[in-house]
Amino acid sequence: MLIKRASDIRSSEITDKKLYLNRREFIRAATGTAAAVAAGVGGEAWLHAATPAPHGRKLENIAKSQVSTQEKPNKWEEITTYNNYYEFGIDKDSPSMLARSLKPQPWTVTVDGECAKKGAMNLEDVLKGETLEERIYRHRCVEAWSMVIPWVGFPLANFIKKCEPTSKAKYIEFQTLNDAKQMPGLRSSVLRWPYVEGLRLDEAMHPLTILVVGLYDEVLPNQDGAPLRLAVPWKYGFKHIKSIVKVKFVEKQPLNTWQDSQSSEYGFYANVNPTVDHPRWSQATERRIGEFLRRKTLMFNGYGDQVASLYTGMDLRKNY
Amino acid sequence: MRTVRFLKVLVFVASLGPAGWLVWAALTGHLSPNPLSDITNETGVWTLRFLCTTLAITPLRKITSWHALIRFRRMVGLFAFFYGTLHFLTYVIADRFAGLDFPDGMLAWSTARNLARSVSDDIYKRPFITVGFTAWTTMVPLAATSTAGMIRRLGGRAWNRLHRLVYATASLGVIHYWWLVKADVSRPIAYGIVVCGLLAFRAFYATRRASLRAAAVTAR
Repeated sequence: MLIKRASDIRSSEITDKKLYLNRREFIRAATGTAAAVAAGVGGEAWLHAATPAPHGRKLENIAKSQVSTQEKPNKWEEITTYNNYYEFGIDKDSPSMLARSLKPQPWTVTVDGECAKKGAMNLEDVLKGETLEERIYRHRCVEAWSMVIPWVGFPLANFIKKCEPTSKAKYIEFQTLNDAKQMPGLRSSVLRWPYVEGLRLDEAMHPLTILVVGLYDEVLPNQDGAPLRLAVPWKYGFKHIKSIVKVKFVEKQPLNTWQDSQSSEYGFYANVNPTVDHPRWSQATERRIGEFLRRKTLMFNGYGDQVASLYTGMDLRKNY
Repeated sequence: MRTVRFLKVLVFVASLGPAGWLVWAALTGHLSPNPLSDITNETGVWTLRFLCTTLAITPLRKITSWHALIRFRRMVGLFAFFYGTLHFLTYVIADRFAGLDFPDGMLAWSTARNLARSVSDDIYKRPFITVGFTAWTTMVPLAATSTAGMIRRLGGRAWNRLHRLVYATASLGVIHYWWLVKADVSRPIAYGIVVCGLLAFRAFYATRRASLRAAAVTAR
């Protein structure tokens, strides 16, 4: 029997280190792909039993508003289990299951850009001196579904005045929290983070535009964008940025996240408009959550009398 | 023989599972606040899963040499058609019918006419609907010729050639899914990889068989 000594093994027989490392890399990549495929193919298999948000602290001294719609609001269960909040996953029910990890307290909003009062503000300061109002608004998603939501908030205009924007401030830009420890969905690169939205300053100053801190007279649930989110009822839902940590006054039109993601489909203005279809689906009708028959979508989501003048002379087909 | 028959019953019942589960979940309120959208999504995804399964049978049979597998292929294929049809009907009812005006009431001739127009306009206008509808259409002749009598009438070779249409069905199904998602294409990509793999196996196998045949000819 011939037992080869180490020196008998030709160097050519020994696998090159680079090669076997490559091989491991390859196996790792292959199993990674296989796992991703398995997750993708099996992913939507189970509709999870989404759990409505637990009820939060009751908000005091809420005024009623003249601009509230008389339509019947959607249920708490619907508003807190059917959410587009990609920071907590891409499925409608994922925010309801994953948003518990968000810590809405303490909360700081940083003000920056073309304004006199720059710096960090805690949420209490943002709310100081504000009278909270119930605003029951129609909410229309770009995906052609809608709800009626009893928000609690105050005019964004009040906040803007506190910041004292300069004459150079033409737009306002918002950012959502960008903390993967609190928001598991940030690990996916489905959108470019942080989520950014913006408004023209006159849109932001419009009395219908509000900063929201509550829902159904309670503190805003995490999955709906706690502790501070935007509501602009004549625009599609994706303009209603959630969990705001940064406000910046700027001269140039901001690049909002969905426009950045797919500019042929999502624009900056995103006004609800039944005559301008999404390239892939019609915006003429919508499904009100809880109903079977679809409703006709209204121009500016039914707020045309109040906001149409903001856009006189503008081609809304181009500025979708 | 007996085992296969028993397994077929098992596969049949299991294949009805997703539909049964959807009905149960819809009746007991276990779907999301937008149940029609859930039903549309789930039936669509299950169509793709059954298409992938039916496409996996031949490769599996070749790899494992378990030839009885072929006896499940028709059933799995017909379930793909079943879920595809449910998917299409859900779209027609929840998306098209529900969006109509009913000038003469719901049960009127004008409703049928408007529905037909609404569906055909949408198929014509929206590429992802065009593709999805085409995918469903390609399954119709396959389902229609799935009986033993039809196989006999067509002859094995013609029947086999016709049923290669399922490659188109699966590919179009993946494109349909790809074009409808908003931003996250990871799920359509996953199905794309599976379908590509299953079709690549066939391409590889066909070329190998061709070269073996050529080699046999030269050897002679």
